[in-house]
Amino acid sequence: MSDVNTNATRRVIPDRLGTPVSRIFSSWEVLLFGVAVLIFIANSLASPYFLDAWNLSDATFNFTEKAMIAFAMALLIIAGEIDLSVAAIIALASTAMGAAAQAGVDTPGLVAIGIGVGLACGAFNGTLVSVLKLPSIVVTIGTMSLFRGISYLVLGDKAYGSYPESFAYFGQGYLFWVFSFEFGLFLLCAAIFAVLLHATNFGRQVYVIGNNDFAARFSGVPVERVKFILFLLTGLMSGIAAVCLTSRLGSTRPSIAQGWELEVVTMVVLGGVSILGGAGTIAGVVIAAFVMGLVTFGLGLLNVPGIVMSIFVGLLLIVTIALPILARRIKQASKS
Amino acid sequence: MKSTMNAVAPMTLNTPLANQTPNLAPILEMRGISQIFPGVKALDQVSISLYPGQVTALIGENGAGKSTLVKILTGIYRPTEGEILLDGKPVQFASAQAAIDAGVTAIHQETVLFDELTVGENIFLGHAPRTRFRTIDWRTINARSRELLQQLESDIDPTIRLKDLSIAQRHLVAIARALSVEARIVIMDEPTAALSRKEIDDLFRIVEGLKRQGKAILFISHKFDELYEIAENFAVFRDGKAVGHGRLKETPQGEIVRLMVGRDVHDVFPKVEAEIGPVVLSVQGYSHPTEFRDISFELKRGEILGVYGLIGAGRSELCQSLFGITRPSAGRLTLEGQPVEIRSAQDAIAAGIVYVPEERGRHGLALPMPIYQNMTLPSLAKTSRSGFLKAANELALARQYAERLDLRAAALSVPVGTLSGGNQQKVVIGKWLATQPKVIILDEPTKGIDIGSKAAVHGFISELASQGLSIIMVSSELPEVLGMSDRIMVMREGLMAGFYDRSEATAETLVRAATGNA
Amino acid sequence: MTKLLKSRELLLSGIIALMIAGFATRAEGFAEPGNLVNIFNDTSILIILALAQMTVILTKSIDLSVAANLAFTGMAVAMTNAAFPDLPLVLLILMALGIGAALGAINGFLVWILQIPPIVVTLGTLTIYRGMAFVLSGGGWVNAHQMTPTFLNVPRTVFLGLPILSWVAIAVVLGMGFLLTRTPFGRSAYASGGNPTAAVYAGIDIGRTRFFAFVLSGAMAGLCSYLWVSRYAVAYVDIAAGFELDSVAACVIGGISIAGGIGSVAGAVLGSLFLGVIKNALPVIGISPFAQMAISGVVIILAVVFNARAEAKKGRIILRDRAATEVTA
Repeated sequence: MSDVNTNATRRVIPDRLGTPVSRIFSSWEVLLFGVAVLIFIANSLASPYFLDAWNLSDATFNFTEKAMIAFAMALLIIAGEIDLSVAAIIALASTAMGAAAQAGVDTPGLVAIGIGVGLACGAFNGTLVSVLKLPSIVVTIGTMSLFRGISYLVLGDKAYGSYPESFAYFGQGYLFWVFSFEFGLFLLCAAIFAVLLHATNFGRQVYVIGNNDFAARFSGVPVERVKFILFLLTGLMSGIAAVCLTSRLGSTRPSIAQGWELEVVTMVVLGGVSILGGAGTIAGVVIAAFVMGLVTFGLGLLNVPGIVMSIFVGLLLIVTIALPILARRIKQASKS
Repeated sequence: MKSTMNAVAPMTLNTPLANQTPNLAPILEMRGISQIFPGVKALDQVSISLYPGQVTALIGENGAGKSTLVKILTGIYRPTEGEILLDGKPVQFASAQAAIDAGVTAIHQETVLFDELTVGENIFLGHAPRTRFRTIDWRTINARSRELLQQLESDIDPTIRLKDLSIAQRHLVAIARALSVEARIVIMDEPTAALSRKEIDDLFRIVEGLKRQGKAILFISHKFDELYEIAENFAVFRDGKAVGHGRLKETPQGEIVRLMVGRDVHDVFPKVEAEIGPVVLSVQGYSHPTEFRDISFELKRGEILGVYGLIGAGRSELCQSLFGITRPSAGRLTLEGQPVEIRSAQDAIAAGIVYVPEERGRHGLALPMPIYQNMTLPSLAKTSRSGFLKAANELALARQYAERLDLRAAALSVPVGTLSGGNQQKVVIGKWLATQPKVIILDEPTKGIDIGSKAAVHGFISELASQGLSIIMVSSELPEVLGMSDRIMVMREGLMAGFYDRSEATAETLVRAATGNA
Repeated sequence: MTKLLKSRELLLSGIIALMIAGFATRAEGFAEPGNLVNIFNDTSILIILALAQMTVILTKSIDLSVAANLAFTGMAVAMTNAAFPDLPLVLLILMALGIGAALGAINGFLVWILQIPPIVVTLGTLTIYRGMAFVLSGGGWVNAHQMTPTFLNVPRTVFLGLPILSWVAIAVVLGMGFLLTRTPFGRSAYASGGNPTAAVYAGIDIGRTRFFAFVLSGAMAGLCSYLWVSRYAVAYVDIAAGFELDSVAACVIGGISIAGGIGSVAGAVLGSLFLGVIKNALPVIGISPFAQMAISGVVIILAVVFNARAEAKKGRIILRDRAATEVTA
């Protein structure tokens, strides 16, 4: 039996194989980046209003909040789990902030409450999945219903709207010129999550768990603890997104961020993260965020209604996953 | 076994079997079959014939290609090359259903059945009798199931769900399932592994009945006494090649073993005498609620303790419990004189006990990830700085053990999944050596590894012992256990069934202890 | 163990009966036959969708697009009825079944041929189908006065004490029971979810089985689309929003394992009725109807915990076998 790729006489094993240029160019991230550039060009040709610094800045609001959650969701999906309750966490966190604002709590307190609720929800999900060992997809369908249900219970068909003026900064403020606070926060989160996933022991453990849960366990990786932390992180990011979104909208209804869980998952999968776990990068998710933001914004400039955009998002999701599979099939078929 | 080892001259290979059974035409013939997977040639130009009314024993070590052949015959794999002839006419088993339609039925090694379905459904799934309205005919299913099970002298109720049966009962259901189709070719893949002697006798009566009905039977088993009892012909596989076949009754066991192993037992296992030191690990009264009970032994420095037993004897479960994957219900563990409590794999690794699992792909490696990342996984605390990865340190550590183990790979950054079985095993062992353990538990360390790499793995295990590591080696391969171990513990049905020193252990004594019959 | 699982349906029936009795003490007439008929009728659509969802879940898949399918098909049927009032109802129902099945076939095709995970496929088609409903209608509504009286009234017609809508649900329950226990397809569904490897050995084409499960799920969503539109006498883009999760919830409550291969028709029906009783009880006993979502959430989580307990692996238990043979010997 012979070993593949092995020269039997060679004893020295190189660290890495030389990375051929072609492989870099066939990577998912580069492909996606190409798509982003094409959409950018198409947008600027289609609408004269597109290439305007302020318009582009506005466009970022289409994805910054979702992307923040998507970073944490990417880690969770790489580890082989999923959290469908993220949008419901936003609703609950926003409701809690709204109630607190009405009771006269000031901005720092509101932020703390928003983030605290997010963390608590994440801990709740994490406990159900990693301590009670329940399948995350059904658990988070349940908590999704529970968290948003509490919002409905509290608010019914009413809304909270009396937020302090200083609270508006998180969703409406600008760091300088056209760069919004949210966009800055998005970049910061991207950097933090990229380091966490790609440069730490924790990130390595996330990949191993996603690739082979058993092997991770059999190698002494604290699988349950890692999963718990990932749910906690997803809750935290949902809490932060809740602060930004509530601040941007200036009001809270129980239907806030409805359907976002699907958009966040779409963003993650579009970013090249395998829905089966084990593979993906933060860079991919960042580019996917831009692609989705550009598509929605571009279509918006063309007066395409939001719900029609969702057709494009859905198609994007399926086509981007189906294309590589089809390409592989065709390649195999032509070989044999 | 040892005594007959060198007595017989090598037999002529590739003698057409038909010459020895001149009056019979084979029902099924496989000619020049090869099965190539990425990186592995699982079968290499294999030919085999099955005759009506006769049992052909398929013999070979784990990983010799027997299961692959069975999968081709049952339509799960499509062979890369070669042809299958049914009654002299070429056929293709394009799907499992096609194989069933052609009259091939199989009783599989791991009973492939459905827990949630009833016994009757399990027997007739895929070929359920229909009523006039094309719907499933439950009455016939249950009646015929009862009949089939009665033939097997079992009174299992066909309407209960499979999950409520014992392992032996499940086996009977699997056999009944195979008998429920109008098959001409019956494949039995280790059908006796979980059966008691009485159940085996019942099974053999059924096999005799099948023979009388003119069915061709392919019988896979590791138990030679059974094979000689039931089989007419044999075929031996080694490393994916058919290395010999003929009439079983006319071929002594020693010859078969020689064909199977390829060389003398003690040549394969270069056990280096190691200096045996003080007791390192002491296990007292280890028990598990369902898997094993009251296991006690001591392991010395530099010692290799072989653990032998049949599949399902509780050996792997014991090892996984020692490694903290499952918790024991009772028992104490002492490591170098200090009592230790192992609650998780992290605890075990910290204490210096590591485990190389039987199923490398499933439990040992993240196959899509690079070699070096797999190797450093349990040692990340050492290679990293305050939680941040240091690729240079990881590569250096991986290189150190890759070279020590003579790993063959294109680069340290290629996915482990691209390596051969033997080299994958080296990565798993290297991963643990990097943690500098005191006790290393090897569960079937050479399962599915080609013969060349096997020798390398054995040499290395031996070397580790001589360097002062204590080793527990679980193995189902008699020559391996006999050749490598200083002492051997035999387990049967979750209990200790005997302890043997290297000098007093023979194949016969171990098998007797493991099967519990004289 | 068997007894416990067999009594799973009994247990759930008991809980539902207790709930009805409990609500009856708070609200007069809650347990009266008339009200129970109402509750059943009100839950009919959920029952049908839950049974469709169950078939998909049995094969180790999930269909999150059922509600979007319902919305699109409902819109198509309602608009056809409004545009061509002379078309016979049978044709419209056939059309609903056909469109629904076609949309389901798209899901099934992607899962079967391209082997994309079902959750990704149906997440995508969920947004696409609802978007298509918008494109079809231009965002408009089809109101009661645009629909023909036959179209609106048939499901409400009372026959032998029950509205036709309820009879349809009963027929679907019986049909699904027949399909899952009496036909090769049903058994293939259980087998391919319960033990996919073994199913392949038994000659079952798992991909094909999943495909048909999705087609069936789509056809049922199509049937429900007509029932929904006629019952509520309106069609718009957002009808049945979030209903896919209700159908999953009903399955989970009914003891259908999300990992596939385990579950019964009775379980799915009882799970739906459980949700239906709560939904109908809340306003009657003076709890805000807005509490319903939170209550479903709690119930789903509890049901998942309960299911996990019931499904917990027993291990191979070699020692027990030995003990058993010792006893019988």
